[in-house]
Amino acid sequence: MTSLTLVRRIAARPSIVFDTLTSPEGIRHWWGPDAGPVLIAETDVRVGGRFRVRFRMLDGSEHESSGEYLEVVKPERLVMTWQWQNGEDPGESRVDIRLRPIAEGTELTFTHSLLANEETRRSHEEGWTGALDKLVRHFVKDSAPEWVA
Amino acid sequence: MVNYQDRLNVTFSALGDPTRRAILVRLEREDGVSIKDLAKPFAIKLPAVMKHLDVLSDAGLITRTKSGRTVTVRISPEPMKAAMDWLRRYERFWSASLDRLAAYAERLETKARKKGQ
Repeated sequence: MTSLTLVRRIAARPSIVFDTLTSPEGIRHWWGPDAGPVLIAETDVRVGGRFRVRFRMLDGSEHESSGEYLEVVKPERLVMTWQWQNGEDPGESRVDIRLRPIAEGTELTFTHSLLANEETRRSHEEGWTGALDKLVRHFVKDSAPEWVA
Repeated sequence: MVNYQDRLNVTFSALGDPTRRAILVRLEREDGVSIKDLAKPFAIKLPAVMKHLDVLSDAGLITRTKSGRTVTVRISPEPMKAAMDWLRRYERFWSASLDRLAAYAERLETKARKKGQ
């Protein structure tokens, strides 16, 4: 529950997927929740290097996030911190992307997680997320939050 | 302003204990249970149950109301909604982004193959 995991199977080799994930040119083609444009895409793809991306949504609102690359293992793994610039969802979170070669190309496993405190991490390891998810979904099935809080 | 992420972590911490989750699951099924009834299924003593209820209460996940000598406990789902909102917000962002990323990488792959790379 403290993290979101998504998996995509992509008909492209891992090195191409990795470049698409990290190059400013690649980022301009895919970053953002809708078809609005990417306005700024800067990356310094090495451990300790930073990224900064600003995009405009179709409703006209602009959002910017930045972070630091914590792990860069081309073409297998990319870990970075994540922070919004304008105070929406304050605090830092973490993005972890793994690329695995498969027959058709690449399996991408993406995880975005809150930076958990010790107790949260421990309970996470106990594997309670499924039960919690069920409980939460029961209560919030009618809610449809806006993108911007 | 209270840190949104700190609040989420408080919610997740409170939910990270099997006894507390069992309490919430029961409260989700029954609207309003006395502390005495709530403690019955557990092998732990009443003071230990009270401690768990304190944690849930501090996280805003339950409310306690006293009537005479009976304290009634009810579930309060708002913090769980905040946790779910966090999840949905990023799901929307990344799901759309990764779909476009896949499509773009596949176009590059097709181009690379045409060039015989």
